[in-house]
Amino acid sequence: MSTFSTTALPLNTPPKTMGKLPRVDGPLKVTGAAMYSSDYNLPGMLYAVPVCATVPSGKITALDASVAEKMPGVKAVYSHGNIGNLYRAAPPSGFIGILDEQRPPLEDEVVRYYGQYVAVVVAQTFEQATAAADKVKVTYSKTDHNVSDKLKTDEKPKVDFHRGDPDAAFASAAVKIDETYATPTETHNPIELHASVASWDGQGFTVYETTQAVMNHRNVMSQMLGVPEENIRVISRFLGSGFGGKLWPWPHTFLAASASRNLGRPVKLVVARSTMFESVGHRPRTQQRFRLGANADGKLVALIHDSLNHTSILDDYSEGCSEATPYSYSTPNLRATSAIVRRNVGTPTSMRGPGAVPGLFAMESAMDELAIRLKMDPIKLRLMNEPEKDEGLNLPFSSRHFVECLNTGAEKFGWAKRTPGVGSMKKDGLTIGWGVAGCSWIAERTEAQAAVDLMQTGMVRVSTATQDIGTGTYTALSQMASTKLGIPHDRIEVVLGDTRLPAGPISGGSWATASLVPAVMEAIEKAKGTLFAVAGSAKGTQFDGAKPDALAFTDGRVHLKDKSPDTGVPFEEILNKANIRVASGQGSSKGTFGDPNKKFSTHSFGAQFAEVTWQPETARLRVSRVVTVIDGGHIINPKPAQNQIEGAVVMGVGMAIFEETHYDPKFGLPLNNNLADYMVTTNADSPAIDVTFLDYPDKVLNELGARGVGEIGLAGIAAAITNAVYHATGVRVRELPVRIEDLLGPKMDVA
Amino acid sequence: MELFKFTKATGIPQAVQMAAMSKTAQQGADVRFIAGGTTLLDLMKLNVEVPTQLVDINGLALDKVERLPDGRLRIGALVRNSDLAHSAEVQKDYAVLSQALLSGASAQLRNMATTGGNLLQRTRCMYFRNDALPCNKREPGTGCPAIEGDNRTLAIFGTSSDCIATNPSDMNIALVALEATVQVQGPKGEREVPIGEFHLLPGKTPHRENVLEPGDLVTSVTLPAAKAGAKQTYLKLRDRASYEFALASTAIVVELHGGKISYVRVALGGVGTKPWRSHEAEHALMGKAADAKNFRAAAEAALHGAKPQSENGFKVELAKRCIVHALTVATQQA
Ligand SMILES: Cc1cc2nc3c(=O)[nH]c(=O)nc-3n(C[C@H](O)[C@H](O)[C@H](O)COP(=O)(O)OP(=O)(O)OC[C@H]3O[C@@H](n4cnc5c(N)ncnc54)[C@H](O)[C@@H]3O)c2cc1C
Ligand code: SF4
Repeated sequence: MSTFSTTALPLNTPPKTMGKLPRVDGPLKVTGAAMYSSDYNLPGMLYAVPVCATVPSGKITALDASVAEKMPGVKAVYSHGNIGNLYRAAPPSGFIGILDEQRPPLEDEVVRYYGQYVAVVVAQTFEQATAAADKVKVTYSKTDHNVSDKLKTDEKPKVDFHRGDPDAAFASAAVKIDETYATPTETHNPIELHASVASWDGQGFTVYETTQAVMNHRNVMSQMLGVPEENIRVISRFLGSGFGGKLWPWPHTFLAASASRNLGRPVKLVVARSTMFESVGHRPRTQQRFRLGANADGKLVALIHDSLNHTSILDDYSEGCSEATPYSYSTPNLRATSAIVRRNVGTPTSMRGPGAVPGLFAMESAMDELAIRLKMDPIKLRLMNEPEKDEGLNLPFSSRHFVECLNTGAEKFGWAKRTPGVGSMKKDGLTIGWGVAGCSWIAERTEAQAAVDLMQTGMVRVSTATQDIGTGTYTALSQMASTKLGIPHDRIEVVLGDTRLPAGPISGGSWATASLVPAVMEAIEKAKGTLFAVAGSAKGTQFDGAKPDALAFTDGRVHLKDKSPDTGVPFEEILNKANIRVASGQGSSKGTFGDPNKKFSTHSFGAQFAEVTWQPETARLRVSRVVTVIDGGHIINPKPAQNQIEGAVVMGVGMAIFEETHYDPKFGLPLNNNLADYMVTTNADSPAIDVTFLDYPDKVLNELGARGVGEIGLAGIAAAITNAVYHATGVRVRELPVRIEDLLGPKMDVA
Repeated sequence: MELFKFTKATGIPQAVQMAAMSKTAQQGADVRFIAGGTTLLDLMKLNVEVPTQLVDINGLALDKVERLPDGRLRIGALVRNSDLAHSAEVQKDYAVLSQALLSGASAQLRNMATTGGNLLQRTRCMYFRNDALPCNKREPGTGCPAIEGDNRTLAIFGTSSDCIATNPSDMNIALVALEATVQVQGPKGEREVPIGEFHLLPGKTPHRENVLEPGDLVTSVTLPAAKAGAKQTYLKLRDRASYEFALASTAIVVELHGGKISYVRVALGGVGTKPWRSHEAEHALMGKAADAKNFRAAAEAALHGAKPQSENGFKVELAKRCIVHALTVATQQA
């Protein structure tokens, strides 16, 4: 069993995770012992509650904190002018120095989105701070705002990909699809609220932060607060998920840190659910015109994908809808462009499968529409257009089994029984619809370092400054070390989420696992090397004088290479004899992301099959069944991997038929800013989900052939569902989410 | 949230006396009873309700479901929604009420929510629930932004130019179909209000939602004696499968004699500014055969006077389908 204490962990003792499968951190989470950022309470801690703008655009003309300042427990009210120095961060390098909302909070008196922080109240208790924040009186001179979801731009779009002559090929194509697809603003809504617990010690900060990237967070804090990096420690032991919303720092973290520095006391700031709809990012609205031209037999001759997404007034966030466009299908003529449109909204950010997820909704809907136009099975259309290589990069795929995903999925789903006619399939008195869509996601590695310690106690410690955002990183690392060393999980301790550890990767892009494999493997080899050197010089052992390269390590025992493992001794015995506490090794992985000399195109692929049930008498649409087949490299542990895909499918149901952040045009605020009005999938809405992994190791990426499966499950699912909705109802929904009113259609005939 | 005093009521007279100090029993009340708190506490956190005094009525002996000698069923104001839904009497004789309750909210909320609180739950209009925005119901005279804004979930019946907010309760719809009465204990004594007269239309005073005056405590809700052989059903149509308010719902109580409808009550939820009884549908059905054509005609009659807003026109068709399907289900019961 894991040996976690249920009380707050002292600052200097990182929590231990004993390797025990499944999910080494499971017991901690279900017993409530896992410490999330906002669970930390430090001696003398104060509470900060922000005051948020109630206009979407304007200037603060007066800010009266006189009442608030005199309220019980209030220590300070900060606004523009008295928060202390906050700087802007320089442009990032690699995955360090990134933040989406560039403007430091309270930098000026201009309001550019509803909910922007205009002040922050710090008080003895959360209740006192909340009450006082209500009493800070802010007056604005309003200026015109625009939160419209009709996106238009006069600016020349950026050409993301181009090959051949797409316009001419499209113009002369025998069969054409030319439609516009839209996805709404979506809010991440992880259950754990964003939070910062910052403590200034006179020289630097210790910060418990809900972050998917402690190393980046430390760097950005250092730049913006003007404190050297070595004086900042960022800790993120457990995360109640983030879905990308917690990748980069948001303004609240600088408010908490500044307040702590100003007051010399720890400060906790927990972002309210309603504020999470405003100033911690969102998936922006996208509008995508998709053109497909094909021969009469279904061979694609042209593909043109023009996408728009909204962004904030100050920051240029491009969703990157064309991520999957250039390589998914074979076509000689292709263009993908993108442009951004400014709105008075908070700055958007990455949300699970950024770019590809909305992009694939458009592409896989258009493919379905083309198949229908051609009177062709939608799987066959995709098979016909399977590329031999990545035609965008002109490189071979490291490992692509999209065809097998489609075929395996079709088999499992029972696709052969599908009749193509709209509303032609019935089950239990309901009309059913079946839809299919392909999906893909970037497989890359980012730079990463890790350390492995073989300890005198017989324990093995794996450490790296990455995070487990609920995806199972603790478990995966435990498993990697266990497999490589032949040591059971309960003797492996994984330590994550602390900038004092070797610099680990961001928990983003589904790359953490793939990135860590080489680093951990190298660290293990180096630790073994250290151990062998100890063995060779340990007096009184059977290896005294042995050359390190004559030694081997099998199932926790050191032995001579030419002898069997049972002739050797447990590694801890050697360390004990030598009075050495640990034999350590450090390892690092090189990044592949952005490598100009790539030899392969590395991606994960998959196929999504969805069944919906439709009851026209009550306009009741439900997603009843999903079959997902994923080609995601070697799956290190199928349990958490399956859990990732299932969770993504549930989220995909939300994307398809529920989720939308609705900005009120007149007042400019996200009106449905809570979990009652912003609908996410409930258990009762969740379909039966069947997940299959093809498990082809992708050795181009790392020696285990592991990629990562955090995001791909959300790609394609919305299109599979809307394709199924069309099959059931004859209604093609091109603007998500599908709503009851889209399906009521012509009046029901009951006569 | 504002500071407030909290007092546990020790008896009905004391509770009534404390509440009688309030300047109103409607929006803006400075004294509020608290029962399950699932409506009230939310609204206090949102600064929509700002009472200075809470009177906790949970200790009062109003938590029983009792059969009266004349066959009526008296439901104490503090009976929890889950207890009521699972009460054997209700399941046997008033299935429509049990179904309506179980279709609402979540198990946790139903375990807290009370009969009195459910009767008095407030609208889910998003403008009402955000104190940074204008709203006639919350702050009389500030305007109704929902009329030109997001009104997808709001009412198509009983609206006025001042307010179009829906009464969101499922329970109330069943109570209307069952012709319940509400017992009120006030400073001047006890009185009984038929459910149909309990809630008010918004008119020019959307902040007034019911007939309660300062000091009025709902003590119970009473259902008439069960009609032997009556068929009942509650059908709720909504965006997602649970934890979601109705876009349209229908409660039906119907009796058939010789293949003809001899008694019927039709109440509609999710569409009215108050729990909506459709006399038009009932009239169209009386004496008619229970068939699809007559059901559709009743649905047409019910929706005849509907006044859809910019975003909720679909509710007209949805409510029709809801009525037709509910009638079909109810009349096909054994
Ligand atoms: C997320 C969410 C989802 C929901 N979904 C649904 C749904 O799908 N369908 C549905 O019908 N409901 C739904 N509800 C509403 C829920 O049913 C009500 O909140 C609940 O019934 C209120 O009961 P309560 O006892 O908690 O009331 P309280 O919050 O205690 O009181 C509500 C009001 O009634 C007054 N009051 C209470 N008792 C008395 C009394 N005896 N005499 C006089 N005044 C009294 C209080 O002063 C207060 O003003 C939902 C609620 C939430 C929060
Ligand atoms: S509909 Fe009623 S509750 Fe909603 S904003 Fe208008 S007045 Fe307020």
